[in-house]
Amino acid sequence: MVDAATKKTLSGIPLLKTKAGPRDKDLWPTRLKEEYLSLIKYVENNKAADNDWFRLESSKDGTRWFGKCWHIQDLLKYEFEIEFDIPVTYPATSPEIALPELDGKTAKMYRGGKICLTDHFKPLWAKNVPKFGIGHAMALGLGPWLAVEIPDLISKGLVRHKDEKDGEDK
Amino acid sequence: MSTIKELKAKIKQLEEELALEKSRSTTKAEPHGPGRDKIAKMSAEVVDSNPYSRLMALKRMGIVNNYEQIRDFSVAVVGVGGVGSVTAEMLTRCGIGKLILFDYDKVELANMNRLFFQPHQSGMSKVEAAQKTLSFINPDVIIETHNYNITTMANFDNFMETIRTGSIDGNGPVNLILSCVDNFEARMAINDACNELNQNWIESGVSENAVSGHIQLIKPGETACFGCAPPLVVAENIDEKTLKREGVCAASLPTTMGVVAGLLVQNTLKYLLGFGNVTEYLGYSALQDFFPTMLMKPNPQCTGRYCVERQADYQKKLASQPKEEVVEEKEEEIKHDTNDWAIELVDETNPEDLVSKVDESLAPGIKHSYDKPVESKGEEASETVGHTEESMDDLMAKLKGL
Repeated sequence: MVDAATKKTLSGIPLLKTKAGPRDKDLWPTRLKEEYLSLIKYVENNKAADNDWFRLESSKDGTRWFGKCWHIQDLLKYEFEIEFDIPVTYPATSPEIALPELDGKTAKMYRGGKICLTDHFKPLWAKNVPKFGIGHAMALGLGPWLAVEIPDLISKGLVRHKDEKDGEDK
Repeated sequence: MSTIKELKAKIKQLEEELALEKSRSTTKAEPHGPGRDKIAKMSAEVVDSNPYSRLMALKRMGIVNNYEQIRDFSVAVVGVGGVGSVTAEMLTRCGIGKLILFDYDKVELANMNRLFFQPHQSGMSKVEAAQKTLSFINPDVIIETHNYNITTMANFDNFMETIRTGSIDGNGPVNLILSCVDNFEARMAINDACNELNQNWIESGVSENAVSGHIQLIKPGETACFGCAPPLVVAENIDEKTLKREGVCAASLPTTMGVVAGLLVQNTLKYLLGFGNVTEYLGYSALQDFFPTMLMKPNPQCTGRYCVERQADYQKKLASQPKEEVVEEKEEEIKHDTNDWAIELVDETNPEDLVSKVDESLAPGIKHSYDKPVESKGEEASETVGHTEESMDDLMAKLKGL
């Protein structure tokens, strides 16, 4: 299921140690720190490999995350807003990453723009609790989803480059 | 040109029409007009106007001996979708004391292949739309609604608090939680809350392909919690599909959802009112009409901390309890002290008629309640009517003239 390239990416994302969710008052700050460390390392790796594809930040308590991700095709950059909550059951259940602006454009999405992770990602997450964190959800969840869905949406004309849209407006 | 008098008459007529139209539209927007008033006490009286007569008849039939107690119970329904809305309606019609509804979704036209919600409600929040319909059907039920996502930090504490203080009098927990949600995250959130609060609940689900479903009673520490068997989530060919969330890509059928809601509420009634056997797991496979049941013991290695605590509590409780003695229920024999007139009952049925032979063509466990009596040939014991030349009219007149 996981190809060699993904394995390499994965090995570059530090695993987490603390099993704690946002309701564990004492341990959550520790877990949150680990999340940040792991994410920082992952983004650095991406930059070094010239494969920088997302930015994330969180609310102060780390329960709400938002940012951007982008997909490059034919030398054009398509950018999308990301948002998700850390559920109270985290890390037993993975975060449900959402791209709200794509809501309703693809069947592989739930209401509110939550991407469909059931088949390709949830079993992997379940096997790796609590070692996987947000970085892994991005690499193994959102990454493959974008790689499959966005080219398809572009070919169907459901997603258009922002310059193209601007041109029409004028 | 019309006179002032004519114009005044015209204005009056238009005003009347407007008033009529207004009264019509208000009755449409508020369907509470022709509903019924609250009923203070459940009555068993058999009259057309008693909404509880058929339910209270369960007592007379010997099925339930305390039906009116249903008013003392409070049930939380989490998820008011295809299963949850029907569940809530059934409980409302059964006269449950209090219903607490949780859902953060809105009614959409895409929901119309399921029961309960109606097209004109689209855009309304599901809990609000449900509350309107349900309190119209049965104004005796206290309905509380919560329009939020229970899995987020912002709402989970409120969810727990609502469960902890959700009883009829507000001094204790709800009697039962029914999970009618469509995704793993929400089920795990309910599971966590219930393990922590030691709250019994019933999980329900319909598969993403719409042809199977299940219900599962979870008593923290005593039966498997939802997190006790995580391989179910990953394993192939098992109920994995029942755990997927029902988004735009999922199929759904009103039939399967109705069946699962029926099983869920049936088990709930048995659990609350204490009749029959309460099932711990009941599956439904529509394609084979297969209804598996099983017991699931809790997993000592469950990753849920509170589940493990509850398991220890339960083992302690078991150890401290003396062995339960089986109390045989005796049916009281009816005795009549006096019988001045020497009345006795004579059974007109020949006991032999009630005995049936084993029929090999029937499935195991099924038997005829009686055999058809052998048709007697030849002379009948009683006289049969003869032939007549008289016309129908004559016969009618004859009968009338008697």
